[in-house]
Parts: sequence; C-alpha cells; structure tokens
Amino acid sequence: MSNFWSGWIITIVLINLLGCLWLLWWNREQDGDTSVGKSMGHSFDGIEEINNPMPKWWLNLFYGTIIFSFIYLALYPGMGSFKGLLGWTSDGQWQLEVDKADQRYGAIFAEYAKVPVADLAKDAEAVAVGKRLFGNNCAVCHGSDARGSNGFPNLTDGDWIFGGSPENIIETITKGRTSIGMPAFTAAPYQLEDASITDLTAYLLTLSNRKANAGDAGKGGQLFAEKGCAACHGGDATGMQMMGAPNLTDNVWLYGGSEQAIHTTIAHGRKGVMPAFEGTLGSAKIHVIASYILSLSQ
Amino acid sequence: MAKAHEIVEKNLPLLIILTVVAVSFGGLAEIVPLMFQTQTTQPLEGMKPLGALELEGRDIYIRDGCHTCHSQMIRPFRSETERYGHYSVAGESVWEHPFLWGSKRTGPDLARVGGRYSDDWHRIHLINPRDVVPESNMPGFPWLMENTLTGESTANKMAALATLGVPYTQQDQDGARALVEGKTEMEALIAYLQQLGSALPASAGRK
Repeated sequence: MSNFWSGWIITIVLINLLGCLWLLWWNREQDGDTSVGKSMGHSFDGIEEINNPMPKWWLNLFYGTIIFSFIYLALYPGMGSFKGLLGWTSDGQWQLEVDKADQRYGAIFAEYAKVPVADLAKDAEAVAVGKRLFGNNCAVCHGSDARGSNGFPNLTDGDWIFGGSPENIIETITKGRTSIGMPAFTAAPYQLEDASITDLTAYLLTLSNRKANAGDAGKGGQLFAEKGCAACHGGDATGMQMMGAPNLTDNVWLYGGSEQAIHTTIAHGRKGVMPAFEGTLGSAKIHVIASYILSLSQ
Repeated sequence: MAKAHEIVEKNLPLLIILTVVAVSFGGLAEIVPLMFQTQTTQPLEGMKPLGALELEGRDIYIRDGCHTCHSQMIRPFRSETERYGHYSVAGESVWEHPFLWGSKRTGPDLARVGGRYSDDWHRIHLINPRDVVPESNMPGFPWLMENTLTGESTANKMAALATLGVPYTQQDQDGARALVEGKTEMEALIAYLQQLGSALPASAGRK
C-alpha cells in the first residue's frame, strides 16, 4: 500500500474516532446542567419533548468502545499499512489452522504411507478413514456405496477398466484418466448402417452368454473383426486396460447392458473421463483412498 | 449546543449532507483505497479472459440463477480449503463484471469446481442432479440441452467488457460468433464451469 493511501486511511480512521469523542463531549451534560424533565420547547396536543441527560452507564459504554478501538487498532491491522503489534493476517491464521491439523493428522497419514496399499486394505481403521475421504471426494460420481451408476464405474465388482493393481488405482486417482473414447460408428470413417450395429449388438450379447439372433450375431462377429473393434477391445473382446477399452465378455456394462444401451453405445460412441485428484487430495490421502477402493473388491 | 442541534434538525438539505458525510466514512476508508491497490486491480500472472463459449456460459449461469445458491468465494479457513481448494484471491476476480462471489451456499462453493468432474457428469447432473447425487436438492435444468446459442451478441458482450478493462482483442470479438453459434446452452455452461478456478493452479498453497 502506498504512503498516500496508508495516510488516507489513518486520517479517516482518526477523524472518525476523534469525531465521536468530540460529539460526545460537545453533547455532554454536566451534572446539574440539565435537570431531569427540562422542556425542549415543543409541545403538541399537550405532548411535550423533554431533554433528559443521557444515562451515565450508556455514556460510559460509548467511551468504552472508543478505548477498545484504540487498543484494537494497536494490536490488529487497521491503521493503513501499520501491521498491528500482533502481526495478524487472515492467511497467517489459515496457515496456523492448517499446521495444527497437519500436526494432528499428518502423523497418522505418514504411518499409513509406510504400509503398502495391499496391506493397508486389510487395516480396518485405515479403510474407515479411506471411506470418509471417498465419501467427500469420490462418491459424487461413484456413489456413496462405490457401486457407480450409468457412465461411472462400479468399484466393487473387481472389473477394472484401467487396471486394478494398487499402482493402477493410485495412478488413476492421481493423474485422472481420459479414455481414448469409443468412437461413434454411425459417423465417419465407419459409417455403419443401423442394421450392422444391430448385428454387432447381437454378437456382443452372445459374448456375455445372452440370447441373440444367431444369424445377426454371426455377421456381427465378422464386423467386429473387420471394423477395427478388436484394435481396442482385443481379438477375444476381453478389452485392453492400457487403452481403457473394457472387457466385453464379462457382462459388466458401464453404459448399460440392455440391447438398446449397447446399440446406442456403438452408434454414438462414449468417452469417459476420470478427473485428476493430485492437486485436491495429495499423495498421502490418495494412498489411503486407494486402499479403501482395493478393499471393496477383495 | 441545543441551538446547533435545532439548526440541523430543521434544515433538511443540511441534514442530508451531514448524514451522507457520516455514512461515507466507512466506504472512504475501506472501499476507495482498494480501487487503487495492485493486489485488487491486477490480474494474476498468465490469467486469460473467458473464451467466447465460456462467456456465454457465464451469462447462462447468471440467467438461471446458479449464483443464488452457489458462491464462488473460498474463504481462508481450513474447513473450506480442505473441501474446495486454495482460498480465493483478489487477482482472480478483477475481470469479473459483475462478480459472482455470493454469500449464500445452498449448494457447494463453485470457485474451483473446474476439472473436478467430467463433462459427462456435469451434463447428467444438470439435467437431473438426482441421477448422480441421490440426496441433492438442486433443481434440474433440462432445457439447457434443447436451447442452442446464436452467438449474435457474443462479440458485443466482449466489447462491453473490454470497456471495463477485460483484454478482449478485436480478433477475439471477430471470432466469437463462430465459436458459439449452434452450440447448446449445456455446452456453454459446462465450458464455463470447467474453467472455474483455473487461474490459480489447484496445487498452489498445498504441500
């Protein structure tokens, strides 16, 4: 803050405080100056305005606030660029709060960080902590029971799109995941007819041991190989975790497994995004959350 | 003394002037200096003004009253920074006309919601919040999917903001319409939400 503005603030604050003092002094009524019940000289319909001296206790309270303000302005910032004798700042107070919490919880998280995720997943207390963190940060998409919903993976079923090893889970939370995406097969360059998509759908239904028209499924199987589905989902359609391409044979469906839903997925494509939590959570908390998530499918 | 009192009480213009003087002290000491401080008038380093689509999204945010339930102001308390991220700093808001800090949180603070959820999540959540958060009491905004933007006035909005000091170039204004035209309101709003808080890196101030 420049000297000018500092001076500006100090001047206004002082004028204000001294002004209040002066106003009180100017309006003071010396003992005996005004007698109780002295008329102000107006009278309307027999109702008269009376000038009584201000009660002593009230006046003293007013003087008290002025004394308080001087003490306050000496201790805390308020007089322009004068920082106050206590050196208080709002971010300093925040830092204090954070340090205090770090001292209390930091040690706990440091202990957890020493234990590998797979072992920590067997520690009931750590898992409970992880569950709380999950509830605050992850449940909004994955559900408070971690069972996900349409478009948001179920984390309890042991079926992993990007891998279920502790390292994979930590990587997923820390850096996030952006799948390369399922393309829309009605669009260029594939431009499949609706009938072809129905064939593909039938083929996928048979892969997860469900009923479908055998003729359609046969044609679908051919399309699966020809149209490049295998490039991501693998020749045996069991998926590739490297690319985030799901296994199509296990009857676990991220975007719904009904004939209609599968048809829509092939026709219009899908693209899932897991946001990165490195900045919001930090590695120590991610470690504990990962152990909770791992515990869910064990 | 009683005399002076009487003069002020019986002279309306004088009473008004003295009242204004009395109530202006607070503003003169607390508000006016802020208009001239680097901290409150300079943008953060590397900050960029909202893109054309994000700018339209911001107007939809205001039109549909998001700011009546969501604040965009993270206070420097641990309870807030743990949940929402680094506390808000003045430099982030210098191009906000009007600012959307808010003072009421029926829903959570959104100052750093950008990147927290996927675009898909936002779309589902805005159409019907209960599809992803069963206990939510937020209303759905399904019309956002149906309304498309023409981008007719985007350039004018940029020009108006430029007069207030937001550094939109002529080039930004010329290209604005093409970026907005035909997009749904949903796309615009999500674009706006996804950049919230990006002026300050999420990891700043964390250990």
